[in-house]
Amino acid sequence: MLDFVLERGNYWAIIGLMMIGLYTLFAATNLIKKLVGLSIFQTSIILFYISLSRIDGGTAPILYGKDAGGHGGGHDEASGAHGAASEAAHSAADAAHGASDAAHAAASAHGLENIYSNPLPHVLMLTAIVVGVATLAVGLALVVRIREAYGTIESDEIRETDLEVARAEFAVDKSDEASAA
Amino acid sequence: MMDWILQIAPAWAEAHAPALLILLPMLAGPLSAFLPGGGRLAWLLTVVVTTLCTLLSIILLAQVQSVEGGAIISYAMGGWAPPHGIEFRIDALNVLVLLLVSSIALLTSIFSWPTIKAEIADGKRAMFFGAFQVCFMGLLGVAATGDAFNLFVFLELSSIATYVLVALGSGRDRRALPAAINYLLMGTIGASFYVVGVGFLYAATGTLNMADLAVQLQDVGGNRAVQVGFAFILVGLGLKAAMFPLHQWLPNAYAYSPSFVTAFLAATATKVAIYAMVRFLFSVFSLDFAFEGMSLAFILAPMGIAAMLACSFQAIFQADIRRTLAYSSVAQVGYMLLGISLGTAAGVSAGMFHLVNHALMKGALFMAVGGVVLTYQGTRIHDFAGLGRSAPWTMTAFAIAGLSLIGVPLTAGFQSKFALVSALLESGWWWAALIVVFSSVLAVVYMGRILEAVFFRAPNNPHKEHKEAPLLILVPLWILAIANIWVGVSGGFVYGLADDAASALFIGGAS
Repeated sequence: MLDFVLERGNYWAIIGLMMIGLYTLFAATNLIKKLVGLSIFQTSIILFYISLSRIDGGTAPILYGKDAGGHGGGHDEASGAHGAASEAAHSAADAAHGASDAAHAAASAHGLENIYSNPLPHVLMLTAIVVGVATLAVGLALVVRIREAYGTIESDEIRETDLEVARAEFAVDKSDEASAA
Repeated sequence: MMDWILQIAPAWAEAHAPALLILLPMLAGPLSAFLPGGGRLAWLLTVVVTTLCTLLSIILLAQVQSVEGGAIISYAMGGWAPPHGIEFRIDALNVLVLLLVSSIALLTSIFSWPTIKAEIADGKRAMFFGAFQVCFMGLLGVAATGDAFNLFVFLELSSIATYVLVALGSGRDRRALPAAINYLLMGTIGASFYVVGVGFLYAATGTLNMADLAVQLQDVGGNRAVQVGFAFILVGLGLKAAMFPLHQWLPNAYAYSPSFVTAFLAATATKVAIYAMVRFLFSVFSLDFAFEGMSLAFILAPMGIAAMLACSFQAIFQADIRRTLAYSSVAQVGYMLLGISLGTAAGVSAGMFHLVNHALMKGALFMAVGGVVLTYQGTRIHDFAGLGRSAPWTMTAFAIAGLSLIGVPLTAGFQSKFALVSALLESGWWWAALIVVFSSVLAVVYMGRILEAVFFRAPNNPHKEHKEAPLLILVPLWILAIANIWVGVSGGFVYGLADDAASALFIGGAS
C-alpha cells in the first residue's frame, strides 16, 4: 500500500498543487490572489503533462551515440525522433504503472539503442504556457481597470457596490410603475 | 443540388478552403488592429473577411454534400499527414457549425458599425475589430480542427479575445469589468479541465488526432484513465457551453458587453462549445462505453432539464432585458443538451437543429436590443415600454424572434421544439416531453412580459425622440427575422443539414 502511494509521488504532488490552486481561486476575495490561484492550477497541468512524458532511464529526446550515427544525421534524425515519440507515447501508460521493461522493449524494437523521453508533451506544454501567459496578462490588465473603475480589487466589495446600484435601479422601476398605474 | 457552387468556385479555394477559412481572419485580425481612420477601415475589412469566410463555408458545404451521405474533407496542415500532423477534418456536422458561425459573424459585423460608433471610444475601435476577428478565427478553428489539443488552443484563442471584447463594454457600464474577469476565471478553469482530460486520453492512447483517438479508444476500452479523461472533458466543455449549473459567468457577460459582442456571442460561442461536446461524445468516444451512457442519462439529461426549468424561472424575474435573454439562453442550452442526451440520431439531430434555430432567434433578439440601446439608451423593460409605436420595424422583428423563442407555430423555434418532442417520445421519455412543453410556457411568461410592455404600454418617457434604428441594423435584423419564419414555414433545408450532421456521427463518424 505504501509502495503504491510512494511510486506515484509525482501524481500526488500534481493533485496537491491542483487543489491548492482551485481552492485559492474560489476562496480568495482579492482578484490578484484569484489569478495567482489560477496560475498554480495551470502549472499543475503543465507538470502533469511533463511527468507523463517521463520514461524510466530516458534522456532528453535528442538522438546520440549509435542512434545518431546509424541513421546518417540530418534528415533521418527527424524521422527517427518521430518514431521514438510515438513509441514512447504508447509506452507512457505502461511506464506510469512502473513497468519500465516495456519501455526498454519498445525502444529496442524500434531499432533505437538508447531510451528517450517523449518530446510531444513538452511541445504541447510550450503552447499551453503561452496561452497561460496571455490569459494572465489579460486578467491582470482587467484588474488594473477594475481598480480604476471601482477603487478596490476585493471581489466582495465590488459585488456590494454593484448590488447597491441594482437596488437603486429596481427602486426607480417600481416608482415608475406606481406612477404609470 | 449544390454542384453549381463547385463549378463556379476557383480551384484554389476548393483545395484549400479549410485552411483559408482560418488563415483569413488570423491574418486580417492583427492587420485591422493597426488600420487608421477611427475604426471605419477596420470595420470594412471585418465585413470583407466575414463575407469571404461565409463564401468559403458555402464551398465546403457544397463539397461535403457533393457525395451521397456526406463526404469527409481531410486537410493536412502544412503537408504533415495525420495522425502525426494536425488535421482539419470537415464533415456534415462541423460544416453546419462553420456555416452558422461565419454567416452570423457576417450579419452581426454589418450590424456592428452604428453601435460600435456609439459604444466604443474612438481610439479603441480598430483594436476592437482586431480582437473580434481573433475571436471569430478561434471559433472557426474549434469547429474545423480534427486534433484534440489544437482544439484547446483555438478555444483559448477565441476565449481570450472574448474576455477583451466583453471588458470593452465598460465604456457604457463599468459592471462589464467584473463580468469579464469572472468569465476569464471560469472560462480558463473550463479550458484547463479540458486539457487535463486530453492529457489522460493521450496517456492511454498516445495520439491526439480525434479520428485516431476513436480507433485507439476502442482497443483500450473502459480503462480508468479514459473514464477520468472523459469526465474532465465533459466538465470543461460544459463550462464553456454554459451547461447548468456551470453557467454563472454567462448572464453578466451578456448583459454588460457591447451590443455587437452580445449578439455575436449569444449566437455562436456556446454553440461551438456544444459542437465540441457532441464531437467528443459521439465521434471520439462512442455509446459502446458504459460510462458514456451513464453520463448521458444521469448528467446531461438532468442538467438540461434543470436548466430549462430553473433558468426560465430566473428569466421571468429579471428587470434588464439582456439578462432575461441571457438566462433564456442557458435554458435553451438545456433543450440542446436534452436532445443530445437521448443518444439517438433523432435526438442529436433535434439538438443540432435547435442549436441553429437558437442562433437565428437570439441573434435577432440581441440585435433588436442593440438597436434600442443605440436610440433610447436603455435595456430595462420600462425603457422598452411603448416602443412598438415609435420603432415599429425594430420591434416587429424583435417580436418575430421572440415568438420563435417561445415556439409559436410557423416559426423556427416551433420546428425544432417539435423535432425535440418527437425524438423524446420516440425514446419513450414522455415525462421529458411534458417538461419541454412546461418550459415553453415559462418562455411565454418572460417573453410575454417584454412584448406586453413593448406593444401595449404607453411610452413612459415621452420626451425621448421617436426614432427607428438605422438601416445598417435593420437589414441584418430583418434577414434573421425572415430566416426564422422561413425555417419555420419550410424547415426542410436546415433540418436536412442537422439530420445529415447527426447521421454523419452515427453512421460514418464512428470510425
